Amino acid sequence: MKANCWAGPDSVEVRDVPEPALLNSRDAIVRVTSTAICGSDLHLLDGYVPTMQDGDVLGHEFMGEVVETGPGMTDGKLRPGDRVVVPFPIACGACASCRAELYSCCENTNPNAGLAEKFFGHPTAGIYGYSHLTGGFAGGQAQYARVVLADVNALKIESDLTDEQVLFLSDILPTGYMGAEMCDIQEGDVVAVWGAGPVGQFAMDSARVLGAERVIAIDKETYRLEMAAAEGYTTIDFEDVDVRSALLELTGGRGPDKCVDAVGLEATHGATHVRLYDRAKQAVRSETGRPHALRQAITSCRSGGIVSVVGVYGGLLDKFPAGAWMNRSLTLRAGQCHVHRYMKQLLRLIEQRRIDPTRVITHRLPLSEAPRGYELFKNKEDGCEKVVLTP
Amino acid sequence: MTTDTSAPTALRHDPLVRGLGLASALLGVPQVATPGGFVRQLGLADGPRQRMATVAVGVRELTAAAGLLGRPHPAWLWSRVGGDLVDLTLLATALRRHDGRGVARTAAATAGTAAVTAADVYAAVTRTRWRTPVELTAATTVAKHPDETYELWSGLERLPEFMAHLAEVRITGPRTSHWTASAPFGRTVEWDAETTQDVPGQLIAWRSAQGAVVGNSGEVRFHPAPGGHGTEVQVTLRYSLPAGPLGRAVARYFGEEPHQQLDDDLRRFKQIAEAGEVIRSEGAPGGKRARAEFPQHPAQPLTEDELREVRS
Repeated sequence: MKANCWAGPDSVEVRDVPEPALLNSRDAIVRVTSTAICGSDLHLLDGYVPTMQDGDVLGHEFMGEVVETGPGMTDGKLRPGDRVVVPFPIACGACASCRAELYSCCENTNPNAGLAEKFFGHPTAGIYGYSHLTGGFAGGQAQYARVVLADVNALKIESDLTDEQVLFLSDILPTGYMGAEMCDIQEGDVVAVWGAGPVGQFAMDSARVLGAERVIAIDKETYRLEMAAAEGYTTIDFEDVDVRSALLELTGGRGPDKCVDAVGLEATHGATHVRLYDRAKQAVRSETGRPHALRQAITSCRSGGIVSVVGVYGGLLDKFPAGAWMNRSLTLRAGQCHVHRYMKQLLRLIEQRRIDPTRVITHRLPLSEAPRGYELFKNKEDGCEKVVLTP
Repeated sequence: MTTDTSAPTALRHDPLVRGLGLASALLGVPQVATPGGFVRQLGLADGPRQRMATVAVGVRELTAAAGLLGRPHPAWLWSRVGGDLVDLTLLATALRRHDGRGVARTAAATAGTAAVTAADVYAAVTRTRWRTPVELTAATTVAKHPDETYELWSGLERLPEFMAHLAEVRITGPRTSHWTASAPFGRTVEWDAETTQDVPGQLIAWRSAQGAVVGNSGEVRFHPAPGGHGTEVQVTLRYSLPAGPLGRAVARYFGEEPHQQLDDDLRRFKQIAEAGEVIRSEGAPGGKRARAEFPQHPAQPLTEDELREVRS
């Protein structure tokens, strides 16, 4: 079958690979009908995530039709022919973390947990197509994919919603939603979102659904800011203005009540010297992320506010404004999305037309053109916001 | 946590070790103080090169003396063996290029050094601990009742599913079992074990029978976790590692880290207890062999041949 594989930093290739087989008794094999390129796939492409190997099949946003189930799938929850969306973190559903609905911190699904523990202190869940640090699971940018512990890790779609309407339940919609939910939004809140990529857009939509009075989008790509403005959000272009000053101006000097970092470790900064400083430190690996967005969020947020982080960080940061965080009683919340926790309620919001996930799709390509999709997305060419691939 | 209990304190009162330390001191002092006189005593031509070599050897002897008398450790004895070999090489070179005057004294010095070498080798070999007792502990919490968790372990026959090194455990009697494990360099080790304590829901302890190649014992304790969060499983393993620290270094080079191994074993026990089986990925399809598989299989589906190997 055809699959999009990592072929070294800055290189992905569509290759012929074997079709997936059952490895565990509660596996299912899915014929992928739609898959997408995620912003976090770009961290893999750019070589910022360790333990990638040549030939790793990429992709953790996918959905499709069940074609085979393992002998352990005896409860009849999932049958060949079922249409499913697959959450990107693999959960066992039985450990203490899963019972607490912290699915992305599942204690059992990462065969390389010992390695992950070295990086993070405690292991985290397995993730499809996301390095060997998260288990070495083959991804879903392929014609077929293996779903692990499929009775826990597949959401059946029984309505006639299109693939494009439900595909993003696999990652970016719940991730954006969790970014807003962690903000504990109260009536009258002003919520600022760093990053107007797909996750940022969904964090904004979610903030509005959860009752924010005003939502502010911060980015430098005009087309992304326009996409946010079209939804009625206020925009700040950080190439034109100083973000903190602009935020203070928009909030009567208070600063936003809640801030969402939907950027992560490859941020850019409006000021060249600041950008170069972190770029250089990252290049020599004396920090693993460029935390411009996080720093700005912490220094801009009103005292006692909440900074919620859904942008991906992998290692160590430099110049973390701990003083601002501590002295101004800020709450910092973070997490890889616990997708399973949100899928059903978000599916309902889609059915009720309160959120339209399709609004971020700008490019539809066949799987065979995945490398071009990565290029468009990475270089933000042709107004690229979200690429959906069809095998 | 790994505990190494090889204690060098016994060497402090060892007459042979102390004797060799004193010999080093007695040799080192004249070599450093009057190198010219020492060179002549050996029946060699006195020159700046010879003196420099003598001072260097003297400093080395004084260092060994300080080590052996001050902080005795087998490593000092091995350093003496190394020094002896250097001395023998120097003397042999001197003999080959000898001008004849005083050659008898040089030959006698060479014979003396050879005798000392023999004593040093004897001391180093006999004073090095070739087996290091090791105690490993590890713990995990399983979201199951202590009784269920105990049941899963007490059958013993499922241990090879999650313990990387165990190939097979066969029950041979009411309290006895036969264990087969893989060892470094593709070898297999087998031994008989006896269950010494068995308290349902709480504790299992075992000990290898007399004559096991790697004598070992261990215990698993099952405690209810606080707040009704299941069971805390605490494992202690004791065994004597062949070839001491050297063996451990070699084993580590070949990817055997005992403590990490035990942590991984327990992680897989937790997987079986909670998720029903050991989780396999395309990158680590061998399940319990995951750590040994780096660099791993790429995270892409396996070929028919690879699948057959994994399933065998």
